[in-house]
Amino acid sequence: MILDNKVPEGPLELKWTKYKSKVPLVSPANKRKLEIIVVGTGLAGASAASSLAEMGYRVKCFCFQDSPRRAHSIAAQGGINAAKNYQNDGDSVYRLFYDTIKGGDYRSREANVYRLAEVSASIIDQCVAQGVPFAREYGGTLDNRSFGGVQVSRTFYARGQTGQQLLLGAYSALSRQISKGNVKMYNRHEMVEIVKIDGKARGVIVRNLLTGEFNRHFGHAVVLATGGYGNVYYLSTNAMGSNVTAAWKAYKSGAAFSNPCFTQIHPTCIPVSGEYQSKLTLMSESLRNDGRIWVPKKKGDNRPPSQIPEEERDYYLERRYPAFGNLVPRDVASRAAKERCDEGYGVGKTGLAVYLDFEDAINRLGKDIVSARYGNLFAMYDKITGDDPYSTPMRIFPAVHYTMGGLWVDYDLMTTVPGLYAIGECNFSDHGANRLGASALMQGLADGYFVLPYTIGKYLSEDIRTNPISTNHDSFTKAENNAKERNKMLLLNHGKRSVESFHRDLGRIVWDYCGMSRNEPNLIAAIDRIKELRNEFWKDVKVLGDDKTYNPELDKAGRVADFFELGELMMRDALERNESCGGHFREEFQTGEGEALRDDKKFTFASTWEFKGVDEPPVLHKEDLGFETVKPTQRSYK
Amino acid sequence: MGDLQLTLKVWRQRSSSDKGKFETYDVSGLNSHMSFLEMMDVLNEQLVGKDIEPIAFDHDCREGICGMCSMVINGRAHGPLKGTTTCQLHMRHFKNEDTITIEPWRAKAFPVVKDLVVDRSSFDRIIQSGGYVSVNTGSAPDGNAIPIPKEVAEEAFDAAACIGCGACVATCKNASASLFVSAKVSQLALLPQGQPERKERVNKMVSKMDEEGFGHCTNTGACQAECPKEISIEYIRKMNLDYNLSNLKG
Amino acid sequence: MNNYLTSTIFRKVLASLSGLFLVTFLVGHLVGNLQLFIPGVQGQTQFNKYALFMTTNPVVQALSIITYSAILLHIFITLFLVIQSRRARPVGYAVSNGNDSSGWSSRNMAILGTVLLFFLVIHLKSFWYKMHFGEMPYQYLSDGTKIKDLYQVTTSAFQNPFYTFFYVFCMGALSLHLKHGVESAIQTVGLRIPSYEKLFKYAAIAVAFSIPAIFASIPVYLYFTNI
Ligand SMILES: Cc1cc2nc3c(=O)[nH]c(=O)nc-3n(C[C@H](O)[C@H](O)[C@H](O)COP(=O)(O)OP(=O)(O)OC[C@H]3O[C@@H](n4cnc5c(N)ncnc54)[C@H](O)[C@@H]3O)c2cc1C
Ligand code: HEM
Ligand code: SF4
Ligand code: FES
Repeated sequence: MILDNKVPEGPLELKWTKYKSKVPLVSPANKRKLEIIVVGTGLAGASAASSLAEMGYRVKCFCFQDSPRRAHSIAAQGGINAAKNYQNDGDSVYRLFYDTIKGGDYRSREANVYRLAEVSASIIDQCVAQGVPFAREYGGTLDNRSFGGVQVSRTFYARGQTGQQLLLGAYSALSRQISKGNVKMYNRHEMVEIVKIDGKARGVIVRNLLTGEFNRHFGHAVVLATGGYGNVYYLSTNAMGSNVTAAWKAYKSGAAFSNPCFTQIHPTCIPVSGEYQSKLTLMSESLRNDGRIWVPKKKGDNRPPSQIPEEERDYYLERRYPAFGNLVPRDVASRAAKERCDEGYGVGKTGLAVYLDFEDAINRLGKDIVSARYGNLFAMYDKITGDDPYSTPMRIFPAVHYTMGGLWVDYDLMTTVPGLYAIGECNFSDHGANRLGASALMQGLADGYFVLPYTIGKYLSEDIRTNPISTNHDSFTKAENNAKERNKMLLLNHGKRSVESFHRDLGRIVWDYCGMSRNEPNLIAAIDRIKELRNEFWKDVKVLGDDKTYNPELDKAGRVADFFELGELMMRDALERNESCGGHFREEFQTGEGEALRDDKKFTFASTWEFKGVDEPPVLHKEDLGFETVKPTQRSYK
Repeated sequence: MGDLQLTLKVWRQRSSSDKGKFETYDVSGLNSHMSFLEMMDVLNEQLVGKDIEPIAFDHDCREGICGMCSMVINGRAHGPLKGTTTCQLHMRHFKNEDTITIEPWRAKAFPVVKDLVVDRSSFDRIIQSGGYVSVNTGSAPDGNAIPIPKEVAEEAFDAAACIGCGACVATCKNASASLFVSAKVSQLALLPQGQPERKERVNKMVSKMDEEGFGHCTNTGACQAECPKEISIEYIRKMNLDYNLSNLKG
Repeated sequence: MNNYLTSTIFRKVLASLSGLFLVTFLVGHLVGNLQLFIPGVQGQTQFNKYALFMTTNPVVQALSIITYSAILLHIFITLFLVIQSRRARPVGYAVSNGNDSSGWSSRNMAILGTVLLFFLVIHLKSFWYKMHFGEMPYQYLSDGTKIKDLYQVTTSAFQNPFYTFFYVFCMGALSLHLKHGVESAIQTVGLRIPSYEKLFKYAAIAVAFSIPAIFASIPVYLYFTNI
C-alpha cells in the first residue's frame, strides 16, 4: 500500500485556489449519469449529499436513524469556528490554521488544515442564507465567543444548540433535493458492506432495519460520512447508535485506518452514577470560563463540599497551570482530573469526580449574570443529577467525546480505495492528536459543502464512461452473502449473554487501557483480553427476535462485533506510538512534572493501518507529516 | 438511592400489521438515579435473561436533542415533567411499586412499526414540501450582509428549537401537527432569508400536513404544554395568519 | 397543489367566524330576553311587541336567515373537523391524562356542542316553532289589537322545574363551550397577539361567564317569582 496524500504543489496559501482552478470538471450532462452514494446524514453527509445533488449528480443517501435530521451532529452544543475576523481581533485564515495545527499537537496534515481554515468563512455565509438563527449582537450582526482557550473570538453559536441548528440547515437543503428527486433518501438503513469491483468502490450493501432485507446499491463513487466511534468505550457522550461499522467495513475492504488511538476525552461531563449507566452527558466547556475546579486536600474527605473550608481545597488546575488555570486545553484538564482521582482525592460516591464550583462566580457576578450565562446548563445538570449547581458545586469527570482517528484520506478526501471517500468525523481528519473546541462542526461542513463537491469531480471526470454496473454482479452477491452470513451467525448463536453485557465489558477494557493514560504492559494485555472477549462473544452472545422485523438487538450486535476488532486496533496503535501527544498519553513518556512528552523526531507521522485479516496483525504505514510552514514546539500552559 | 421496583404495562406489537396488546412486566433492581430509558434497558436485559424478545423503542442521543425517543408514559407524552424528553426523565420522579403504562405515539400519520417505535417520516415529508430556503451551496452572500435584529434572531431560534419528536401530535386530541409545522414556518417567516418563498412555503407545508392525515388544531394548548422544547402556540397563530392572508390576498 | 378551501385551517376559520357570529347573536338575543325581567302587564306587553317585531321585520328576518345559516355552517363544519380528527387517531390511548396539559372544555367541544344542539332543538320547538307554526295564546292590547302571547308561553314553560333546570344546565354547557370557544376563535383568526394574550383571556372568560349566566338568571327568576 502506498500512501500518496496528493497534496498539490505550491505555497500553502495557494494550494487550494490553484487546485480548484485546475481540477477537471464533469459536464452537466454527464453529472446526470453519475450516481453517488452518501452514507450518513450528519453535518458532513447532509451537506455533501445536498451539494452534490444541486450540482446535478444523482445521489442516494442513507442513515440508520428514522430521519436524516437525527444524526449525531444534532447534539453539538458549543459552536462552530470560522476565520471571519468579524470581531476585528486579529483573526485570520493563518491564525485559525495555526491554532488547529498546534491544538492538534502537530499531528495533522498542514495542507488539509489550511484549506479547512480557508473555507471556514463560507460555511457561515451558507448557513445564514439557509436561515440558521445564529446568535446576534444588538446591531444585528453575528455574535462570536471565544472557545477552548484561543485568543480570538471566532466561534459562532446558536445558544447551546449550534449543532442542531447547523444540522437542521443542512437537513433542509437535503430535504429540498429529496423533494426535487435529486436525492433518494433511505432512512433506517444501515450500510453493512462496501462493494468493490476492479479495485474501485462501486456500491454498498445496506440492510433495511425495519424489514431486515438486504439491498444492493450501485454508485460510481461512495462517500462515507458516518461519524465517530467513541462508543467503542461503551460510555461516551456519543449517541447510542453511533458506531464504527461503516468505516470498519471500509477498512476491511482495503481502506487504511489512521491514528485509531487518538481519542478526545472531554473534561467536563456528568460523572457515572452506577452500573446501569448507558451514556454520559457533556456539560459545555464554557462552564470553565467561570467555574473553578477543585478537590479536597485531604484524601477521602467525604464532608459535603460546603463544609470544606477554603484552605482545605486544592484548586489543582490553578496550582499546576497558573497561566491558564481552569482554561487549559481539554486533554490537559482531563488528565489532571484523572490524576487527582487516581490518587484518591476524587469526590462523590464513586470517588470518580471533581468539583466545578460557581460560588466565587456567583459572589463576584451575582446569581442573575451566572444564570444568564449558564442557566440552561445548570437546569440540564439539575435534571440529570437532581442537584442544584447554584447552591452546591457540580460534580464532573472526563468522558470520551470525539475520535480524531478514522479512515485515512488524501487531499481529495479519498481513502486508499479508489472511489471511496470519507468525510466528517469518520476520516482521520484535520485535528491531529487533539481537536480544538468548535472545530468538528467546521470540518464536517467544510468537507461536505466546499471540499468534497470539488474533489470528487476529479475522480468522476475519469469515470464518465463507466455505465452503471448491474447489482447482479458477483461482487455484490458476495458482499451480500457475507453480511447475511454474519447476521445468521448472530441470530442462530443462542448463547447466554446479552449484547449489552459484552459491550459493557469491552468498553471497560478500552477505557481502562486505552483511555486517558496508557502504558505498554496494559496495552499488550488488553489485546489479548479483547481477543478473548471477542471469541466469547461469537460463542455466547444471545440475540433474540428475528431478522424480518425491526430488531434493535440484532443491529446492536453487528455494531458491537465491529467494536471488538476496532478496540484491538486501537491498542496496537497506542502501543506503537512511543510518545505522548494530544489525547494519547503514554505513562512512559512524560516529564518529571507529569506533562506529556512528545517525540517529534520519531513520530511526526500519521499511523496508518492496513487490514490483513481478522486474526492477522495489521500492517503499519506511516504518512510523514513533514511540517513546512509551522515548526512544532512544545505546548506549555504553565 | 433506594431500590425501586415497578410494574410496567408496555404496548407490544410485532409489526405494523400486527394487532398488538399490553404486556405486564415486573422490574426490580432499579434505582432512582436511572433515567427512564436506562430503566427500560434494565427491563430489556431482564427480558433477554428470560428469553423474551426485548422491547423495541426509539432513542439515540439520550440528552434531549435528537428527538428520537418517544413514549407516552401514564398518558403523558414524554412523561409527567414539563420541558423534558423521555430520555431526560429520571426515575426519582416515580415511587416504589408504581405501575407505569407505556404506549407508543398514536396517530394515523405515525403508524406503529414495532412495540413503542413509530414511523415519523410524515414529518420529513412536510419539511420536504417546503421547509427550507432555496439556496444552493456557494451562492450565499456574506453572513453579515443582512443584519437581523437580535430579538428577531432570538424569536426565530425559539421556533427553530423544535426537535421533531412528534410529542405535539401524540398529545393532541386531534393528532394535529400544527405546532411542528408552525415552528418551521415561523422560523423562516421571521427571518429575511425566508421572505422570498414565504407564501409558497406556508401553502405547501399546510397542504402536505393535511394530506398526511394529521387532524386540525382545536387550540387546546396541550402541544405547547407537552412539547419538550416548550415551543409556543403563538407560532400556530402566526402560521394561520400567514396562511390565510397569503390565500386571501391571492 | 394548494387546496385552501378544503384545508383544515380554512375550515377552522369558518368554525370560528360562525361561532363568533353566534356569540353576537347571543348578545342580541339576550338583550331581548332581558325584557322578561320587567314585571306585570308592562313587561308582558313590551316582550310580546318585541317578539312580534322580531318575527315580522324584514331586516330582522334577513338577519335571522344569516343566523340559521351560521348555526348550520357551524354545526356542519365542526362535525366535519371532528370526524377528520377522529380519523387522525384511529387507535386511542389506554391511559390518558389530558387535564395535566389542557382544559377539559377545550377537549370536549364536540360533546358540549352536542348538548347545545339538543338544547337548540328543544328550545326552538318550545318557543320558535310555537311562535311561528304552533297554537299560541293571545294578549289583547289596550288598543284592542291582539298579539301572540309569547310572554305567557315563556313564563308558564318555566313553571316546570325540570324545564328550568334543563335550561340552566344547558347554559352551563354554553358557558364551557364559550370559555374555550371565544379564546380559541381569537387565536384561530390570528388576533391573539402575545401582548394582548391576558386581555383576550379575561375578556373570553367574561363573555363565557356572563352571557350564559344572565340567560340562566331569567328562567330562574321566572320560576321563583311565579311559584
Ligand atoms: C455531545 C457532543 C457535543 C459536541 N459539541 C461540539 C461543538 O460544540 N463543536 C464542534 O465543532 N463539535 C462538537 N462535537 C463534535 C461534532 O458534533 C461531531 O464530530 C460531528 O457532528 C460529526 O459529524 P458527522 O457528520 O461526521 O457525523 P454524525 O453527525 O455522527 O453523522 C453520522 C451519520 O452516519 C450515519 N451512519 C453511521 N453509520 C451508518 C451505517 N453503518 N449505515 C448507514 N448510516 C450510518 C448516521 O445515521 C448519521 O446520519 C460534539 C460532539 C458531541 C458528542
Ligand atoms: C349558540 C351556539 C354556539 C356558539 C356561540 C358557538 C361558538 C363557538 C365558538 C366561538 C367556537 C370556537 C371556534 C374556534 O375555536 O375557532 C366553537 C367551536 C366549536 N363548536 Fe360551537 N358554538 C355554538 C353551538 C355549537 C353547536 C350547536 C355545535 C355542535 C353541534 C357546536 C360545535 C362546536 C365544536 C365541535 C367546536 C370545536 C371546533 C374545533 O374542533 O376546533 N357549537 N363554537
Ligand atoms: S413542536 Fe415540540 S413536541 Fe412538536 S415535534 Fe417539535 S419539539 Fe416535538
Ligand atoms: S433520545 Fe434523543 S431526544 Fe431523547
